[in-house]
Amino acid sequence: MTGTTQDDYTDVYARRVRGMTTSEIRALFAVASRPEVVSLAGGSPYIAALPLDAVGEMLGRLGSEHGAVSLQYGIGQGTVELRERICEVMALSGINGASPDDVVVTVGGQQAIDLLARLFLDPGDVVLAEGPSYVGALGVFQAAQAQVHHVPMDEDGLIPEALEEAIATIARSGRRAKFLYTIPTFQNPAGVTLSEERRERVLDICERAGLLVVEDDPYGMLSFEGDAPLPLRARRREGVFYVSTFSKTFAPGLRVGWILAPHAVREKLVMMSEANVLCPSAFAQAAVTQYLTNMPWREQVKSYREIYRERRDALLGALHDRMPAGTSWTHPTGGLFVWATLPEGLDSKAMMPRAIAARVAYVPGTGFYADGTGTGNMRLNFSFSSPERLREGVRRLAGVMEQELAMRAVFGAAASQPHHRRRGTAAADAPGPDLA
Amino acid sequence: MILPMASGDDVRVMVLAGGLSYERDVSLRSGRRVMDALKAVGVHAEMRDADVSLLPALQEDPPDAVIIALHGATGEDGSLRGVLDLCGIPYVGCDARASRLAWDKPSAKSMLREAGIPTPDWVALPHDRFSELGAVAVLDRIVDRLGLPLMVKPAQGGSGLGAAVVRDETDLPPAMVGCFAYDSTALVEKFVPGKDVAVSIVDLGHGPEALPIVEIVPRDGVYDYAARYTAGLTTWHTPARLDAETAARVSETALAAHKALGLRDLSRVDLIVADDGSPQVLGINVSPGMTETSLLPLAVQAAGLDLGKILATLVSRAMARA
Repeated sequence: MTGTTQDDYTDVYARRVRGMTTSEIRALFAVASRPEVVSLAGGSPYIAALPLDAVGEMLGRLGSEHGAVSLQYGIGQGTVELRERICEVMALSGINGASPDDVVVTVGGQQAIDLLARLFLDPGDVVLAEGPSYVGALGVFQAAQAQVHHVPMDEDGLIPEALEEAIATIARSGRRAKFLYTIPTFQNPAGVTLSEERRERVLDICERAGLLVVEDDPYGMLSFEGDAPLPLRARRREGVFYVSTFSKTFAPGLRVGWILAPHAVREKLVMMSEANVLCPSAFAQAAVTQYLTNMPWREQVKSYREIYRERRDALLGALHDRMPAGTSWTHPTGGLFVWATLPEGLDSKAMMPRAIAARVAYVPGTGFYADGTGTGNMRLNFSFSSPERLREGVRRLAGVMEQELAMRAVFGAAASQPHHRRRGTAAADAPGPDLA
Repeated sequence: MILPMASGDDVRVMVLAGGLSYERDVSLRSGRRVMDALKAVGVHAEMRDADVSLLPALQEDPPDAVIIALHGATGEDGSLRGVLDLCGIPYVGCDARASRLAWDKPSAKSMLREAGIPTPDWVALPHDRFSELGAVAVLDRIVDRLGLPLMVKPAQGGSGLGAAVVRDETDLPPAMVGCFAYDSTALVEKFVPGKDVAVSIVDLGHGPEALPIVEIVPRDGVYDYAARYTAGLTTWHTPARLDAETAARVSETALAAHKALGLRDLSRVDLIVADDGSPQVLGINVSPGMTETSLLPLAVQAAGLDLGKILATLVSRAMARA
């Protein structure tokens, strides 16, 4: 018998899947799903707060009374009824006058990002994205064989001067940047929000550079302190592709999102979506339409804001009380995440096994960069766990960090030299979507 | 090798998989593979996690036997076997004491050396010793004594987690810190260049026998977690590309290690075959991986045997011991 790799397809794979491997960190996340572990690693909304009985009844009727439509194929662009409701939802965020004709319903925001990548990116093209950025988008850009150039943020979001510099650097290298992918409001993972003043500047910079803007806005409605700033799309109609989802305001399990696109490209998006998924789920679209039409969804969003605000306060309070000196973190005014920066020398990826042993989980910062940076950071989620669990999680995490700091002190600065480890994709350092 | 028949269709086996160790994911995959293999030969098998619901379930509806597909401490440190002994439930594999010894690499290596079985020189040190004696001084002594390159790995644990080859002295401190994230004691071992091989051992009633040797050639030179569990990253040669004499010596050494540690039913012995053909034992697994890319199933296949039949036979043997 000759050698086997247990994979007979090695020579056939497309170039885009090179480097996709399983990872130690993914192995550790498998433990994080157990109830003994306080998971600060997921990104799940607190679905238990939904009126599940009423939602269940509504879903039942969708099958029994409207099954002939809700269980049938639908049109690639998504139903007119849902697209009308989506325009009403967007108007609440300040995007007025959008036409249902320009909305394409997608299988979650994830498919929306994928469609835009397919529409615009050739292999070797550059995408500008905040550093850190959403791991799911990084995966899409990698699959499109694009290069991600990260632009740093501060407490006010993307830094306009850094964006200008990045555009110039890319131009000098002879490469072409196609768009800026940005989550300007309650950013994932950083939790920061692009300030009012910077929104105009960022749009101006992109316009001058001929750079499109993909605005990903899953969290805009989850503001804890007054209304969020107006979306970028509310300020410019052309050159801005607005992506959002019902995953955070209703139910991620239904996988319903959308793109609001300039009229000229909408038809291409629809054709690509048909080639991709044929049509978004008719049942899920009908469920969202019913939910938006017949249930008190605005009150539900208000209730989410209150729940998440209380949880954010619990997390921030615990971080303040417990984190070792030298740790800093963002103070989100909405959304689901806090981004923490560790004391000098600590490595969030190397520390993961110790954290799992202490029964607490987070996502190492490396899960949010395409270039392997982020070892000094971690993302903490506050939407899913109760305030008590969040406090307990931070207590455990602080203990882990103290131990790791003590270990680093014993072995000195040399211990913090980069360790020769395999570096996979960002996704290899982040959990799958099922981890709460 | 003659396989005794399994003891009928009404045997009920509980496969324990999952757990809270770092190898939970691997264990779940091993457990499913074991369950499928048993079902394919008509043995009723159900898979369970080792959590708070386990003992009530064992009491309420005890299975005829348990197969432990848990990797990491719960499955391999002997404690769960001790609990199963308390419950009077037979299980496949060695007893609690042997499991505990094999699980702790420094203990296992000491026993091997006492039995005259070659294993690379080593030192095992808890992290406290570094803080008490000064890390630089201790690391210097280690390098003086064992030389470079070195292998650093957690004293307890598997799947290559927390392990690193250190070729340059400056890489030793980060490797130690990486290792101590997984375990409070580190095993620092002289790195022996050569062929990585694994010998699976099964005892189907006629004493322990070695299955064909599997040779491991990781694509990137390092047999780390990704190389172990991403199909395509490692080439396994079965049988290993060794001359007959060397192969015989490797199998004998593995069998000797299995016996020296008092193991039972099945095990997997990992060895390095140095360039001069001499084998040295690196580690012994009492709950070997059973995933699609694991070594024991590859050896079973190379031997022309059926994993389900082997497991069914081991279940019969476990039941006969009860």
